[in-house]
Amino acid sequence: MQPGLMSELLELTLEHVGLVSVAMAIATATAIPAGILLTRREALRRWVLGFANIMQTVPSLALFGFLIPLPFIGGIGKHTAIVALVLYALLPILQNTLAGILGVDRAVRESAIAMGMTGRQLLWLVELPLAARTILAGVRVATVITIGTATIAAAIGGGGLGVFIFRGLASVDTTQILAGAAPAALIALAADKGLSWVEQKFWPG
Amino acid sequence: MALCREPVARQTRLNLDFVTPTASPIVSFRSVSCRVGQKDILRNLSFDVEAGETLVLLGRSGSGKTTVLKLVNGLLLPSEGTVLVEGTPTTAWDPIRLRRHIGYVIQEAGLFPHLTVAGNVGLVPRLEGRPQQEIHRRVAGLLTQVELHPAEFDHRYPRELSGGQRQRVGVARALAADPPLLLFDEPFGALDPITRVELQRQFLALRRDLGKTAIFVTHDVREALLLATRVGLVHQGRLEVLTTPSEFLRAQGDEVRAFLACLDAKGDV
Repeated sequence: MQPGLMSELLELTLEHVGLVSVAMAIATATAIPAGILLTRREALRRWVLGFANIMQTVPSLALFGFLIPLPFIGGIGKHTAIVALVLYALLPILQNTLAGILGVDRAVRESAIAMGMTGRQLLWLVELPLAARTILAGVRVATVITIGTATIAAAIGGGGLGVFIFRGLASVDTTQILAGAAPAALIALAADKGLSWVEQKFWPG
Repeated sequence: MALCREPVARQTRLNLDFVTPTASPIVSFRSVSCRVGQKDILRNLSFDVEAGETLVLLGRSGSGKTTVLKLVNGLLLPSEGTVLVEGTPTTAWDPIRLRRHIGYVIQEAGLFPHLTVAGNVGLVPRLEGRPQQEIHRRVAGLLTQVELHPAEFDHRYPRELSGGQRQRVGVARALAADPPLLLFDEPFGALDPITRVELQRQFLALRRDLGKTAIFVTHDVREALLLATRVGLVHQGRLEVLTTPSEFLRAQGDEVRAFLACLDAKGDV
């Protein structure tokens, strides 16, 4: 192992986790409220889901590239990478929020309304608790996807473990590629297991 | 003709505490029609429900009887005519207040799967901001009333209950805010015959003890004759017959005869 690789590994891993954390925080804070809103606005649902779907189908390297020339959100660096990661993470969370809330049993929803719940009480006391597990599963899937996709951030100067991978590719150095790929895979696994544990712990069934 | 519609949530609370006429009927339908899309669900219904009586609406599936209940608690507003609850049109009630004023029991109970029995039964008092201790006492009292031992049942979840127990919890929940009026939408329809008879017996006992007014929807003519103080036959959106159970046995009309024929055909209960 080359000298300094360990300290660089630590630094880039932290950077990677930082990218993913910021992107997931923004995506979650956007997609869950948007999903809730879409359960109340059927007309809007098709458009927003369509947009999120299209974002999902754009090849990730291309999406990062497309963002660079855009004013404000574009350019080279971390913020562009985060915008791209957020766009990718939206769909799974949005879809699961919708599925979770719309999947609440009709009889349950109807008796909540019939017993005099306000719209807000219906949401907080019935719909969200019952949809929580499904929504969290969406966050988990999005997190795992984002950890992998974030390796591409290095291509536009976003940093993270992708730095190793691109450097290794350029210099045909397998050790460097592995130094990026293996930790990224391990982080993804750990995030998956960790969030699964939370799901099981708080919403068993 | 205007469509039968869901009410729009209102922000302002109307103070209707002063509207408590004693002699007038609890519920009054005046030439009520309800139309959804191209379909007439109810046509020109007029009837009164007096305090303390149990009106059983009998009818086939799709006859419109559930719509009657939804018009009473303001889940739907009439396309034509007026539904009065305690003398006030449902359109003038704040929908939230109206619904907390009326207990509603549906088939399969519609219990909240993520709340315990105590959580389900105590929900309306909790929404009303009652103190914790009072809610606790109330829940215990209600469970005892529907013959479920509080210590044994209050911490259980709906999935841990039998169908009959769930339905009892549903009744306890509907009684929680001590509403003067209760609506039952085929509450015992999905139960086995033995449990159904048990719960029918309990319904009669509760009525004797509490003296609540009830509108009860069923397609079971036996149940209707057993529980009703008056039976209303709903057929294709019209109220064809409205009379006492004993008069109902002598009533005329094809639909009445069709239902009465079930009495002869079925010897199981």
